[in-house]
Amino acid sequence: MQDRIEKSVDLNAPIARVWRALTDHEEFGEWFRVRLDGPFVVGDISTGRITYPGYEHLVWRAEVKAMEPERLFSYTWHPGAVDETFDYSSEPATLVEFTLEATDSGTHLVIVESGFASLPESRYAEALRLNDSGWTAQIENIQSHVEY
Amino acid sequence: MSNTDSRHSAGNHADVFAALGDTTRLGLIAKLCDGESRSIVQLAHNFPLTRQAITKHLCVLEMAGIVRRDRIGRESHYAYVAEPIAEASFYLNQVSEQWDDALSRLKSFVEV
Repeated sequence: MQDRIEKSVDLNAPIARVWRALTDHEEFGEWFRVRLDGPFVVGDISTGRITYPGYEHLVWRAEVKAMEPERLFSYTWHPGAVDETFDYSSEPATLVEFTLEATDSGTHLVIVESGFASLPESRYAEALRLNDSGWTAQIENIQSHVEY
Repeated sequence: MSNTDSRHSAGNHADVFAALGDTTRLGLIAKLCDGESRSIVQLAHNFPLTRQAITKHLCVLEMAGIVRRDRIGRESHYAYVAEPIAEASFYLNQVSEQWDDALSRLKSFVEV
């Protein structure tokens, strides 16, 4: 078991299109389901509100680390920061990296989220607790959206 | 679970991940994960290591809460505790699923 999650996907879209979907704050918000207050700027804290059905009370907060055009977009954040009354800023964060590469058919995108080993133990317990309340319903929401 | 939690005085799972990053310790977990407790002599069997070395590895696993040590007479017996690894892998699976969902939304978003 590693303390990172790695995903990759081949997208049938030009690299410039994918780069815009990742780094234009409005486009990012469309598919990620967050309403961001402003553009991504390296070194700045990006804030906003989650628009995911059932999770609209949650805040989005991430620190933009890198924006290397059509190559790398990265930020740190607090995964599973679901208690709106709690200040997570002093806790260790995870690093999310989107790496792009042009292919014959479009774009190869790799997403790596790392740093889970240093998360507080309470975060794991919280995830277990939350799973009991409506995770199945969430999956159904996604399916109906994607299949629409 | 509360028994295991109290050992996590560091308050994070770094020790669990670190404990798993070693082939000898993974081998010890593989031997113990049938749920039966074993002595150091039983555990050291088939390993090309001294009993002292095995004891050190067991100590790392015990600190991470992955094994429990019981004294039976003058011998230490070790048993597997499932919760720390189960919790960590459950959490990672959940995050992993969320990324799968986000990626499928991104895919339909850019491939229009």
